Parts: sequence; structure tokens; C-alpha cells
Amino acid sequence: MAKGRRIVSISETAGADGMLAMLKHKGVSRREFLRFCAVIGATLAVPVEMVGKIADALASVRRPPVIWLEFQDCAGCTESFLRASRPTVAEIVLDLLSVDYHETIMAAAGRQAEEAREATIKTGGHLVIVEGSIPIKDGGLYCCVGGRTAMEILSEATRGAAAVIAVGNCAAFGGLAAAEPNPTGAVGVRDLVKGVPVINLPGCPVNAINITATVVHYLTFKSLPELDAWGRPLFAYGKRIHDNCERRAHFDAGQFVEAWGDEGHRKGWCLYKMGCKGPETYSNCPTVRWNEGINWPVGAGHGCVGCTQPGFWDTMTPFYRRLPTVPGFSVESTADKIGLGLAAAAAVGVAAHAVASSVRRKTKGTEES
Amino acid sequence: MPRVVIDPVTRIEGHLRIEAEVSGRNVASAWSSGTMFRGLETILKGRDPRDAWLFTQRICGVCTTVHAICSVRAVEDALGIQIPPNARMIRNIIEGIQYVQDHVIHFYHLHALDWVDIVKALDADPAKTSQLAQSISDWPKSSAAYFKGVKERVQAFVKSGQLGPFANAYWGHPAYKLPPEANLMAVAHYLEALEWQREVIKAHAILGGKNPHLQTYLVGGMSCPVDPNSQAGLNADSIAYLKELFAKAKEFVEKVYLPDVLAVAPFYLDWAKVGEGLGNFLSFGDFPLTDTKSSDDPGDLFLPRGVILNRDLKTVHPVDQKKVAEYVTHSWYSYEDDKKSKHPWEGETRPNYTGPKPPYKYLNVDGKYSWLKAPRYDDKAVEVGPLARMLVAYAAGHPRVKHWIDAVLAKLRVGPEALFSTLGRTAARCIETVVIAEQLIPWTDELAANISKGDLRIHEQKHWEPSTWPKEAEGWGWTEAPRGALGHWVRIKDGKIENYQCIVPTTWNASPRDASGQPGAYEAALVGTPVADPEKPLEILRTIHSFDPCIACAVHMVEPRGRKTFYISGC
Ligand code: SF4
Repeated sequence: MAKGRRIVSISETAGADGMLAMLKHKGVSRREFLRFCAVIGATLAVPVEMVGKIADALASVRRPPVIWLEFQDCAGCTESFLRASRPTVAEIVLDLLSVDYHETIMAAAGRQAEEAREATIKTGGHLVIVEGSIPIKDGGLYCCVGGRTAMEILSEATRGAAAVIAVGNCAAFGGLAAAEPNPTGAVGVRDLVKGVPVINLPGCPVNAINITATVVHYLTFKSLPELDAWGRPLFAYGKRIHDNCERRAHFDAGQFVEAWGDEGHRKGWCLYKMGCKGPETYSNCPTVRWNEGINWPVGAGHGCVGCTQPGFWDTMTPFYRRLPTVPGFSVESTADKIGLGLAAAAAVGVAAHAVASSVRRKTKGTEES
Repeated sequence: MPRVVIDPVTRIEGHLRIEAEVSGRNVASAWSSGTMFRGLETILKGRDPRDAWLFTQRICGVCTTVHAICSVRAVEDALGIQIPPNARMIRNIIEGIQYVQDHVIHFYHLHALDWVDIVKALDADPAKTSQLAQSISDWPKSSAAYFKGVKERVQAFVKSGQLGPFANAYWGHPAYKLPPEANLMAVAHYLEALEWQREVIKAHAILGGKNPHLQTYLVGGMSCPVDPNSQAGLNADSIAYLKELFAKAKEFVEKVYLPDVLAVAPFYLDWAKVGEGLGNFLSFGDFPLTDTKSSDDPGDLFLPRGVILNRDLKTVHPVDQKKVAEYVTHSWYSYEDDKKSKHPWEGETRPNYTGPKPPYKYLNVDGKYSWLKAPRYDDKAVEVGPLARMLVAYAAGHPRVKHWIDAVLAKLRVGPEALFSTLGRTAARCIETVVIAEQLIPWTDELAANISKGDLRIHEQKHWEPSTWPKEAEGWGWTEAPRGALGHWVRIKDGKIENYQCIVPTTWNASPRDASGQPGAYEAALVGTPVADPEKPLEILRTIHSFDPCIACAVHMVEPRGRKTFYISGC
């Protein structure tokens, strides 16, 4: 676990052009700004007293330079980032950072774009955000930018970087391109980058609030948040979907959707029998939800597909099949027998199972390579 | 001849490289290359066809709904499933707001900086900017004080010395023609559109759980329940919220986007003669208004299906999906015979990279030079996208399309031939946005009316279980993505995917040459494009961006190696 590592970088330089000054120009009041800090504080699960510290830190920093690299991606995480909704305006979120290189939004193109990236790398102390997996088969020729491979660009961009944030399941774990049979030899960032702290923010796509919260944590505490064994911040990935799900009471009461559009479905009963992967998935989806908290997949009547878990395209499919029975701790039998105590026991069993299946997949990957 | 290389082409989705030979001050020849691929179709082999939409939706994170719709339609076509009316209506609404939001993002965030010089906005007089804005629209945010505020924000941003995404661009290029006031107005709307897009797309979260990547489709219908008497279903409250968002969407499109396009276009009318390209256009059509189950006969479509050849707007030819085929002559794949094309159901895809070893300076454009295949319709290269859709609809006599196209042409004092251009593509996208934005509230009302009749069905259950399926089936699904005609072709055997092929809009448009040397739409459109300064090829970006490229969608092929089944069953 990468615990409380201190990162020294350019962002520590206090300056007159700090964020609060920037925000004032945008017509944002100190009060609104504090509200933003409070939301971020809540997402980070830090005590209320920390909000002032977050505000002070943000008010004085220069925006940390960011290089956002897109490799084998679909731009879904970029789009998610553009939908960032807390604070009140998307451009504030953009202004939290100085996004010096980001192919989807930057004005420069071709050589001029590459020069912008190189200039930032030269200064160092930057954040690298990676979206998409990196193909390593056949010398990496399945993803080239400017005539160079993704592998080479990643290695150059992370040199001298303060930290690397892998957004989305692809950058974190290889994601979709790495699904069986992984035709291009796609891997996640942690498989390639050594010597620089790497934080994984999986999800398909990443929830923008988790990017913002991670960056704010970094600016405020001069350190990276505490991570789990998969490199995911505990503040966002420390709990199972199932533990915070609004349908959990129905699970415990044995009330399950049996068919799409049936009465239970219309009433918001538990989606476990329709294939929900919430019992095996670690994410803050049910609490922070999506698009300014409007909704989340289970809220819209579809089961969780487990998109924050490593290898979910293989371990969680078929998506509409209920999670398998775990001997002795059968969630399925719980579904029919009902019983709070048994449900709690099942939860533990399912969690153990999730770890087991991930480990097995890893072993399989080793066999293949 | 000097060769200009643009790689990465930015402000697009995915990895695109353009190489162009410039003769004198114009492009003489151009090559378009997709430089990334993932191999999704191989990954799909052997999987549950009901899962396919979740995989294919990840082909693209920008227009996040279209591959999902296309995939479920392909499987429904194969299995003969007719979805309930509520599902059809919800799909139309989801896709409609996707068009509107995506086109606005394209115009302001991906395309406008080709025409708008941010640095020059700093010279603008806010009072004059206000006059300009008020002369074209009654959008409320048009006061001198408002534009003064925007100007100060930009100044503060520049003063911070951290230009972020605006650093190092072609500012000051002689091809920028707007007066400072128009630049400032556009910068203000760039920022407003950023706010607006994340607001209106909440409709996707209401109907689909989240955006991007909705989680709401099902083979056979949708997963978002409708129930006026439940908090967990689509009810009066959520319908009212949707309508509020759609009113906002329509207002912005009519009071900001359209007036901006009409205000900017007169400064760039020479671009109504640049970037014409192929002159052949294909639309699969979309937004079914009646309930049918076959992709070949999708019922009445709000945007019609058709082909236009050689700029002839008098004839709309019918579409036959069997006339779609792909070449790999200049693509990094091999067929038994590289000179022959293949229909997607026959979909044979073996990667065969023969390009230069990275790092490289130039591609070998005489040989294979792209990860994109070359799709052709009836052996012709065609253009797809908003321009194709609007031309087909215009030629077919679509009343709202006709109304708006005629209005825009009259305002700019140009004839329909101006549409065959870089400017025409940009105008067609805007016109389409207006036409769709008009429909969102009526379509939502129609859904509400159907629910109030007591129809709560969202899913056709009869065919949900694979045990009810035929042993073998094949189907194709269609849609019009914001970027153009999209088709998925699927073969199902023993309840599993036997073969899956997607031909996506950008594969048509960004295609390399085929066996007979016919260029794709980008390659054709770039010929003749002026290039004032080969070091800063701004004009090439204008024409390429007018297509709204999406390379992640375009590149998805790989070898047909059997997929080993790997499930977590039994622990
Ligand atoms: S199984 Fe899914 S829907 Fe049911 S309570 Fe758990 S997370 Fe929620």
C-alpha cells in the first residue's frame, strides 16, 4: 500500500495567481468556493475541520500542470471529466489543473501539440493522467501517436512526474482491450510505470468526482490518498456497492426483480437475480452517484456490471447471470430463504470470492504471457 | 513535393494521422490513417449476445449511446424481436438529446477554435460585442457587463502564464478572419456551452443511470422501468425534469448555436467552395416512429434512409445493406485476396502490420497505411454524417429539414451547392441540431401519453432466455450516430456470438484508398484545401474537423482467433 507518500512538486509554490484569485475573476464567491471544498471533503471522507485546510491549500496553489494521455481509450473518461459538476461550473474543475496536453480538448495539433507536452515534461513535477490501456504486443505498434508507440510516450511523460493517475478501468487494469483474448497485449499503467506513484481510479468510465477529489487531496495534504491492494483510493473504493445500495433492504427482505418491467422492477426491488454485481464490486457509486448525483445504474433499473473491478469484462460476464453460488454462504439460497444474519454471512462469502476470482485471473494471465 | 504530417490530429476522439502533399499553396494529395486499434470484435466472439451492447458501447465514449442501440438492434434483428413502444420512444429520446449535446460540443469545443482566435478576443470592445450579440439573438447573456466579465476572465487566464489547453495553437494565423468582437462572443459561448452540455445530458442519467456510458439498454427493450405510481420508475416527476432539460437544450441551440453559425459563416464564405469531397452520401436513417422489428424495414423513420450519388439532389436511392462491403487493400489486414471486398457477415479480419517500425516519420502510403478498413457502398466511396442525413432528408422532402436548410441558405445568400463543402458540413450539423432539438419535448409528451394509456411495458420477455433462440441466427442493426451511418452485423450460434462486425461512420469517412484507388471522404475532401503556412496547417484541420472524426469507433478489427471461455463459475 502506498501510504501517505509525500510528493514535492511545483504545485507547492504559492502565488498571487492562486486558485481563489482565479475563481474571483470567474465571479465565484468565497462562500461558493467553501461549499465546493466541503463537497470534496465529504467525497474524501475527511473530518469537517479539514475543509478549511482544503480551502487554504486550494486558494494558494498554482494549478498543477497536467499531461493527459489517451491510449487505447474511447474518450469516455474524458467525457466524464467534462461532465464534472461539483463545484458549480465545469471550467472551475478545468481550472483546478493546468491541462497542458489533452488531445481531445487542446487547441494545438501535430508538432505544436507535441511541443506543448515536451515543455511540461521538461519542467517536471507534473501530474500524468492516463486514459486507455497500453498495448505491448509486437513492440506496441497497435497504438501510435506522432509515429511513436504509447509505451514510449508513457515512459517519457512519467519521467520526473509527481504522480500518475490512471483513470478508467483500461488505464488501471487494461480494461476492455485486455479482455480475453487480449488481441493487442493491452496492460494497465501499473504494469509499466515504476518509480513514480500510480493511483488507480477505475470505473468504466471513471466518475469525475473521484478525479477531482484525488487531485484536491494531493494539493491539500501534499500526499496521495491511501490506496487498497489494487491501487485504488480507499475514500472512493473502500466499500462495496452492495453495502450502500438503496435496494439493499429489498435484498435482505428477499424481494427480487424476476423479469424486466415486472412489478418488483417497477417498485425498485433488488436486481441481484438479474445479474447485479454489486455484491462483488468496490465503489462509491451509490453514495456519490453520477451527473451531479442525479442517478446511477442500479437507480435506473439495471444491475451493476462491476466496472471498477480488475478484469471485470471476463470475471463479471455474462452480465445477466446472477453471481454464482458460494458453497456454505449461498447468496442465491439467501434470496429464497430470507434472513438477515444469513445475508450478512453471504456478503462476507461473496467478498472472499471476489478476491479469489481476481487472483485466479492473474494466475491465468501469467500462464498466457 | 513537401509532405505535411499532422499527428496527432487533436480535438477529435482517438488517434488520427493525416499526411498531405502540398503543391503550391494547396493540398494535392492526402492520406488518412487510424493509428490505434483494440480488437473488439475478437473479444466479442463466444460471448453472450445480450452482453454485446455493453462491450460495443465502449467503442466510443463520446456518442455513448449509439453502439448500444446498434448492438441491441442487431441482436433483435437476428432473433426477430419487436420491442414495446415505450422502449422505442425512450431510445429515440436518449439518442435525440445525444445528438443535440454532441453536436454542440463538437461545434464549440472541437471545431470553433479553427475559426475563432482566442488571443484576438482580448482586443474586443465588450460594448460592441454586446451590440453584435444582441443583433443576432435575444439570448439573455449579452450585456456589455457580461462580455466585460468574460474578457477579464480570459485576461486573468492569460496573465496566469498557464495557458493549459490553449497553449501553442495557431493563434494569429492569417486564415483567422473574425473581428475581435465575434471572437470574444464565441469565447463566451465556448464557456457557456461547457456548462450547458453537462446540464442537459442529465437526461441520460435520468433514463440510463449515468452519462457517459449509459447502463439502460437490453436486448428486447430497456431496463428503466416506467410507472407513474413509483419512485423507482419513470414517473411524472422525472418526465417534468426531462422536459425542463429539453427546453434548455432547445433554447441554447436556437438562441446561441444557430445564431453563432449564421454570424460566423459570412466571414468564411470562401469555405463553401472548399472541402467538397466525394459527392456521394449515405444515410441509414434513424428515429423509428412506428413499431417494427426488422432492420431492413425499420418502419417510418424521422430522418430517412437513402443514398445520394454525384450531388444529385433529385434522386434518393434506396439502401440495401447487402451492398456494404469492406476492402483491406491499403489497410493493415489481409484477406485471401486483398483486391476483393467482403460483406461484414463474411467478416474476415487478420491483422497484418506492414507499416514502418515506430518511431517513424512518414507512412508508406503506396502500400498499407491505416488500421481502418475501406468500406464501400455498391463499390462506391460515400460520405456519411450530418451533411449526408440532411441532404437525404432535404431531397426526400422532410418538412422541418427543408424549412431550416432553405432558411439558412437564404440568410447566407447561397444555393444548395454550398452545402457540398467544409462550411456546408458545419452548417448541416447545426441545422440537424435545431431539427432534433424541436422534437425532444413532443417525443417526451408522446411517451407520457403512452404511459398514461396504461402501457407500462419496457421489455419483450419472450426471447430473453437463450433457450428460446434458434440454433443459428444472423442479423444486422442500424443507427445514425451523430457522426453518420452505423451498422453492426452479428451471427449467433448456440446462444453465443459466432461473428460480430461493426462498420462505423468514421470508417466510411476516414477510410484509406480501396483496391481501385478510390480515396475515402477525408482524403477526397482535402484535395484543393489551401495551406497558407505548411508549418501551421490550420486549414487542413478545418476540413477534417468539419467531419467530426471519431477514430476510436473506426478502429476495431482483429484476428478471428477463438476465444477461450473464461467465467468465474463455481468459484
Ligand atoms: S444485489 Fe445489487 S441491487 Fe441488490 S442490493 Fe446488492 S447492489 Fe443493490
